[in-house]
Amino acid sequence: MAELTKNKSKKRWNFKELLKVPEFITFMGFLVLCLAMILFTDRFLSSTNLINVARQISINAIIAVGMTFVILTSGIDLSVGAVMAFSGTVMAAAMANWGWNPFFAVLIGLALGMLIGLVNGSLVSFAKMPPIIVTLAMMEIPRGLALLYTGGYPLSGLPASFSFLGRGYLFNVIPIPVVVMLIVYIIAYILLNHLPLGRYIYAIGGNEEAVRLSGIKVKKYKIIAYVVSGFTAAISSIILTSRLMSGQPNAGVGFELDAIAAVVLGGTDIAGGRGSIIGTLIGALIMGVLNNGLNLIGVSPYVQRVFKGLIIIVAIYFSSKKKNS
Amino acid sequence: MEKILEIKNITKRFPGVLALNDVSFDIHRGEVHILIGENGAGKSTLMKILSGVYQPDEGKIILNSEAVSFKNPKEAQEAGVSIIHQEFSLIPYLNAVENIFLGREMKKKNGLLDKKKMKVKAQDLLDMLGVEINLERPVQRLSVAEQQFIEIAKAVAVNDRILILDEPTATLTKREVKILFQLIQNLKNKGVTMIYISHHLEEAFEIGDRLTCLRDGTWINTRPVKELTQDEIIRMMVGRSIDNIYPKRTTKLGDEELLQVRNLKQVDSDFKIDFSVKKGEVLGIAGLVGSGRTELVRALIGADQTDSKEIYISGEKVETKSPEQALKAGIGLIPENRKSQGLVLDMSVKNNISLASLSKVLNSFLFLDKLKEKNSVTRLIDDLNIKTPHMYQEVKNLSGGNQQKVVLAKWLRTDCKVLIFDEPTRGIDVGAKVEIYKLMNELVGSGLSIIMVSSELPEILGMSDRILVMHQGRIAAELMNCDQVTQEKIMFYATGGANNGRVN
Repeated sequence: MAELTKNKSKKRWNFKELLKVPEFITFMGFLVLCLAMILFTDRFLSSTNLINVARQISINAIIAVGMTFVILTSGIDLSVGAVMAFSGTVMAAAMANWGWNPFFAVLIGLALGMLIGLVNGSLVSFAKMPPIIVTLAMMEIPRGLALLYTGGYPLSGLPASFSFLGRGYLFNVIPIPVVVMLIVYIIAYILLNHLPLGRYIYAIGGNEEAVRLSGIKVKKYKIIAYVVSGFTAAISSIILTSRLMSGQPNAGVGFELDAIAAVVLGGTDIAGGRGSIIGTLIGALIMGVLNNGLNLIGVSPYVQRVFKGLIIIVAIYFSSKKKNS
Repeated sequence: MEKILEIKNITKRFPGVLALNDVSFDIHRGEVHILIGENGAGKSTLMKILSGVYQPDEGKIILNSEAVSFKNPKEAQEAGVSIIHQEFSLIPYLNAVENIFLGREMKKKNGLLDKKKMKVKAQDLLDMLGVEINLERPVQRLSVAEQQFIEIAKAVAVNDRILILDEPTATLTKREVKILFQLIQNLKNKGVTMIYISHHLEEAFEIGDRLTCLRDGTWINTRPVKELTQDEIIRMMVGRSIDNIYPKRTTKLGDEELLQVRNLKQVDSDFKIDFSVKKGEVLGIAGLVGSGRTELVRALIGADQTDSKEIYISGEKVETKSPEQALKAGIGLIPENRKSQGLVLDMSVKNNISLASLSKVLNSFLFLDKLKEKNSVTRLIDDLNIKTPHMYQEVKNLSGGNQQKVVLAKWLRTDCKVLIFDEPTRGIDVGAKVEIYKLMNELVGSGLSIIMVSSELPEILGMSDRILVMHQGRIAAELMNCDQVTQEKIMFYATGGANNGRVN
């Protein structure tokens, strides 16, 4: 009897340990969701649909990478959607209006994304302004500039070669955006788990003062987090611009919320200090599969929004419950 | 003696730990019952069970001859058991009255707050406790001691049967401690029963009626304080007697001045401070809370801004405008509050230890060499005897003494030549204290210099080669530590003695 209870308690303990791994719960949720989609739709498993889902997911998933960095430092970046609009229109203008080579247009797009991140990070670090206010303001400025330049109209007339990034395939199967997404995730994983940078970013979110007193340049690493966020938003912007083959000043509206949702669904603590990039990827997958599945079932987009909100609340409920236990 | 509270065969398990093992003892009505034991002995767990934060796995609590089980702190409070935690639960922006009546506000018939009545009640309460507090001021602008008195008043306002005080003197000055003890006496006269957790043995003798000692989750003994000696208590706590709390150093002091501080002027200060530390020296900095000790060492490493300062290491000028520059120059600060300033509580023991020295475990691609990191952390955990199930344990699950060792380990991994310890043994038990003292001796033995800020005069006297006494932001006295230096002499300078010409 004693032996039995001992075994039982040991087993339960192990399961509890597994439950403590944030990615585990999220991944289980993802599997359940996929199962439901397979049961309720007949097209979900088709290869065209899966490729389609993967491509749709990639844009949000890439933005969510930078968002993870920022949230881990206990910040938030609301400006990513505006970064996409700004980078995208400048890129499009560079190619269509100024006749730049797509390669340089892409570079300027990335540079601008990082610049906005640098401004965000500097205001947060040096001026000690709250991240939510800084990036709220930075939601307006770049989008305003994009609208100003374009007069609110899309900029088209991009060179055909540019379409490869958004519409192309690797080995004729894997969409290029998916390839880009995987590369971004691998790099982010290495940065967060195998470089001091990652350790510092987690630590800053856990206790900034202790990190500062440990002789670490807290300001520098916080700025880096925002620059990464601007950078990944710009990467998404390249993919989106290429897919649409036009620069859209209205692109990316509300994308910051999808990215935050993916990060939080992935088990990252909104207060910073805990979380993982793998979790974020799973979170983005959940968001994407949910979108796709509800579309396949024929649920109205309005109902989908309600659904999305509910899923986020459920996810946060479990993560805060876990945190408090 | 009548039993008000009986603790019967309480057992509590946490994953991998037996926190309390079949603990039984009684609390008498109207006594001050001292609860003593090393960190990790189970005191906090037991108090959390008594106050409804945890539920016991086995055993029961009998309150006034009736078995009770509290599901949450509120139930415990309603039944008559309140706890004053080390971390206060006051709202900083509200004043004493508003805090005392938080959640139980008195209302007039028309539903508006009856501020007058609450103020009178609060004043009565504080009069009863025998303390004077400005009732208008937001509590954040009151001293720590005053906040604590309000916390006690708040608890007593709800119930005045059993009060648990968890290390109430940890952050108080000597004078404030006196007021607190008077307050405890007043409460006792009123018939309030108190359980008092402390690390300070002298406090047990001063206010305690009976004393219970826990060790490693088991009950050791409960006896009237009068029958005990300090040595006996220490023996009960650690299971052995500690002959010498302050281990002797054999190092000979050199002549080389390792650290020189010149013209250090803090932003809000009128004084310039100069001092130096020799190689292999322990420089003690004494003074009352608020005398500017912590401010001085924080300014020294650039944690706070200064108007001016010149810092020399081995005669060479170094910049310490930020903690990062100070680290580069070889000066590290082990801050006074390990939880809010020393540790990232959610991170593992390993990640905390290696935080300040990740550059030492990089491979040639500048990636973290995790094997190297693990090896060095394992060595430090062994060397410092840090008690943790494994290095991946989150630091917040460790006891205070072990947490402090983790902070120390972090700094030992760096190349600091000067280590500043701000209240190195606050809130940790005798056993861990001695280990930290031994470690300090080893460090100065290997050629480091230590600056130790401390409120505990025996510690200052026991460990320092030289003592600076601070008073109101400047150095009031410099004392070579020899037999003639006494606690009284330090207090004389710390209270401004030499300044106003008074003789002790």
